[in-house]
Amino acid sequence: MTSPLLDVQNITMQFGGLKAVDSFSMQISKGQLAGLIGPNGAGKTTVFNMLTGVYQPTSGQVVFNSKSLTGLKPYQISHHGLTRTFQNIRLFKNLTVLENVLIAGHQHIKYTWWDIMTLNKSFSLEEKALNEKGKQILNIFGLYEKWNEKASSLPYGEQRKLEIVRALMTSPEMILLDEPAAGMNHSETHNLMELIAKIRKEFNLTVLLIEHDMKLVMGICENIFVLDHGVKIEEGIPSKIQSSPKVIEAYLGVDSETH
Amino acid sequence: MEELLQHLINGLSLGSIYSLIALGYTMVYGILQMINFAHSEVYMMGAFFAYYSAKLLKLENSPSFTTLLIILFITMAMCSLLALSIEKFAYRPLRKQPKLNVLITAIGVSLFLQYVAQIIFGADPKVFPTLINDQLLFEVAGVPVKSFDVTILGVSVTAMFALHFLVYHTKLGQAMRAVSHSPAVASILGINVSRTIAFTFVAGSSLAGIGSILVGIKYQKIEPMMGTMIGLKAFVAAVLGGIGSIAGAVVGGLVLGVSEVLVVVYGSSQYRDALAFGILIFILLFKPAGIFGKNTIEKV
Amino acid sequence: MKTFKIPIVASLVIILIAGSVGMLANSYIQLILLFLFVNSIMGMSLNLINGYTGQFSLGHAGFIAIGAYFTSIISTSVPFPSGLGALPVAGFITIGSGLVAGLVGYFVGLPSLRLKGDYLAIVTLGFGEIIRVSLNNIPFFGGAIGISNIPSFPELNFGGFIIDRFLVALIFATFWAVTCFFFIWRLLNSSPGRGFLSVREDEIAAEAMGINTTKMKVQAFVISSFFAGVAGSLYAYFTNYVSPASFTFLMSIDAVIMVVLGGMGSMTGCLASAFFITLLPEILRSLKDYTYGIDLRMVIYSLALILIMILRPQGLFGEKEIFHHWRKNDKSTT
Repeated sequence: MTSPLLDVQNITMQFGGLKAVDSFSMQISKGQLAGLIGPNGAGKTTVFNMLTGVYQPTSGQVVFNSKSLTGLKPYQISHHGLTRTFQNIRLFKNLTVLENVLIAGHQHIKYTWWDIMTLNKSFSLEEKALNEKGKQILNIFGLYEKWNEKASSLPYGEQRKLEIVRALMTSPEMILLDEPAAGMNHSETHNLMELIAKIRKEFNLTVLLIEHDMKLVMGICENIFVLDHGVKIEEGIPSKIQSSPKVIEAYLGVDSETH
Repeated sequence: MEELLQHLINGLSLGSIYSLIALGYTMVYGILQMINFAHSEVYMMGAFFAYYSAKLLKLENSPSFTTLLIILFITMAMCSLLALSIEKFAYRPLRKQPKLNVLITAIGVSLFLQYVAQIIFGADPKVFPTLINDQLLFEVAGVPVKSFDVTILGVSVTAMFALHFLVYHTKLGQAMRAVSHSPAVASILGINVSRTIAFTFVAGSSLAGIGSILVGIKYQKIEPMMGTMIGLKAFVAAVLGGIGSIAGAVVGGLVLGVSEVLVVVYGSSQYRDALAFGILIFILLFKPAGIFGKNTIEKV
Repeated sequence: MKTFKIPIVASLVIILIAGSVGMLANSYIQLILLFLFVNSIMGMSLNLINGYTGQFSLGHAGFIAIGAYFTSIISTSVPFPSGLGALPVAGFITIGSGLVAGLVGYFVGLPSLRLKGDYLAIVTLGFGEIIRVSLNNIPFFGGAIGISNIPSFPELNFGGFIIDRFLVALIFATFWAVTCFFFIWRLLNSSPGRGFLSVREDEIAAEAMGINTTKMKVQAFVISSFFAGVAGSLYAYFTNYVSPASFTFLMSIDAVIMVVLGGMGSMTGCLASAFFITLLPEILRSLKDYTYGIDLRMVIYSLALILIMILRPQGLFGEKEIFHHWRKNDKSTT
């Protein structure tokens, strides 16, 4: 077997006396669609934050594409092809839908300040290409018609979709989705999952998603990691997770609100 | 050596005034996370409240302990009233707005008070009434200790102990600490958040009022622009001590006061004002949490 | 030719209008006219960092002072060549002023811009004050007295056809104001400019999308300081005199008011308020007799600040441009 695309080795996050995540490891190979689940407060988002450089792990390291991400800033990690969405939507609220998307394309821009100030050909060609790419991805998610609307004016579900579009615009190899279906109804969720499957194929993506909805995760993920109190208690294919007594205990014992 | 001791006394009395004003910044910051730029103008207005109340009560030429107490109480009350109205009319409507808007508003209030004071009181300096006689009290190791310095230190130390008692030994203080920890939780626990915030303003501005009288006693001159520089320095003191920390404001004020006096004596008086900004920049760049402050993590 | 068509046409229109107003007026009004340009550049440059990048700076006066002093020192020691040669020489001195201010901006911005919100505001205020106090205390810069006798622009003589001093100054001012406007405008319609906006909107999201937010902030701060230096240079040329007392905290506040009043993130709104703020003291001058000689200007400013923040927190124009279709046209051409 070739080395995994994402190799997380014993990462620990300590806030003061509290270990939010304790020696967490996982391997995700290229092209996989994996899930990270666990009860509320299990440390899932903290794992995402460590993977994307928002937090520096107290110990352990993250290897992506055979390169260590230790000590890199979030934007550098994004340049390596690892990007994310946010659980508590973080769009550029006062900017238009298209502007939100274009910003994510910044790292691939090659024109210089001279080109900007003289409005020359290389500037206008590249801007045009960027705009087209943005509109094309918006189109996949059915947001094309709203390109000129303020991001904050979109309904909740569309804001979540826009977050994914924005992340795709960085041309990532792997995308981390933090509860992409939170707050969506059944048919919206179904639609979103189809879209995720579609973009995964179309953009040759590896996906890791945090999700609360167990049914949903079981339905689409190929490999699942279960986190409880900052510790990985189980991993494997959905059927294994479903029958694991540890997982059932974690969900029923701690958080009876399983959906 | 005697000289140094003299400078230390000078520095401490200047520093205790900075501390008094710094406390107002730090308390409001602790509870609202905003820099109350108008605080320095509440202090300035305090000096004029004292000036006019002494005049109205015909107390300007009868220095005594009672006079001092009367003027102190009137000034504290007036300053509280002023701060309450600022809080109510300028800050409260903006409670849910971005911090930047609140900061700009605070700057606006500060400028407004400065220039309105110039129109009402005139831009020229006024001679502050003699509330207490300046006389030699005793000598320590050959260093004369005067009643001005003793009054300043005595009043500020008393005020700080009163504040300490208020914050740590009363129900109100408990509410203040709860709100500064988390307004949402405090309000669930049945604490009246708005009233607690208002009370924080009252406490802070009372201290500023006391500070203004002490400055009046020490320098005997008041004018509408007197708040700007001392306000900035008190703010520096609060940051130095760790903004939000009450002990920090006291220590920060004393450190700043003493080092300022030392710079004037052993360096150049021209750089006196630059010192405060130098300290500020140094602290913010290298230890933004200050001496007593805690680092915070932004939630994602 | 698209590159320069609009800026050149705009410059000609401005020179034509301001020139004809100025030629009919006395030298006092001419100076006010020139100050419209200085203040516009001051407001636009601060808008870049405050309004578009969302980093609140209260030390703009410091950078203006640096530009003004650089111009004063160079132009009092190197005499202007007479005739047309004066303009390029002045141009280079102004560029130099901007570069020095930009360089200082870099060294101030790099450490300061790690701080956020209130803290950044206070640190920049501190730097601004330190610059002023230093100018005040270093004999080389003339101390509290400052530097006087800064040469004005010479009049130009084309074989009997004379362009008067004011017009030469106006052409120079227009050149810089138009340069500043289009520099920032085009920047905002490009990828780095969108990067600035993303920093203002949400730094954490911007980083996750591959934006180096530190670099963006420092870039915006340096450009902002550069044009503040340019404004300072023009200030020195037009008043012929600089002293530390001109570059106080209140000048920074003036610039902030222009940005806030015009709407944080609106170029034309910022220009409109720069005009308002330049002209207001002149309108209020007549009121002085009723206020015992005290300037009502600051009372009105401060009230305006408070009321705008409470009633219209996004500023008078918000993010809208006065000619909103401009921006869309600009986009469709790119």
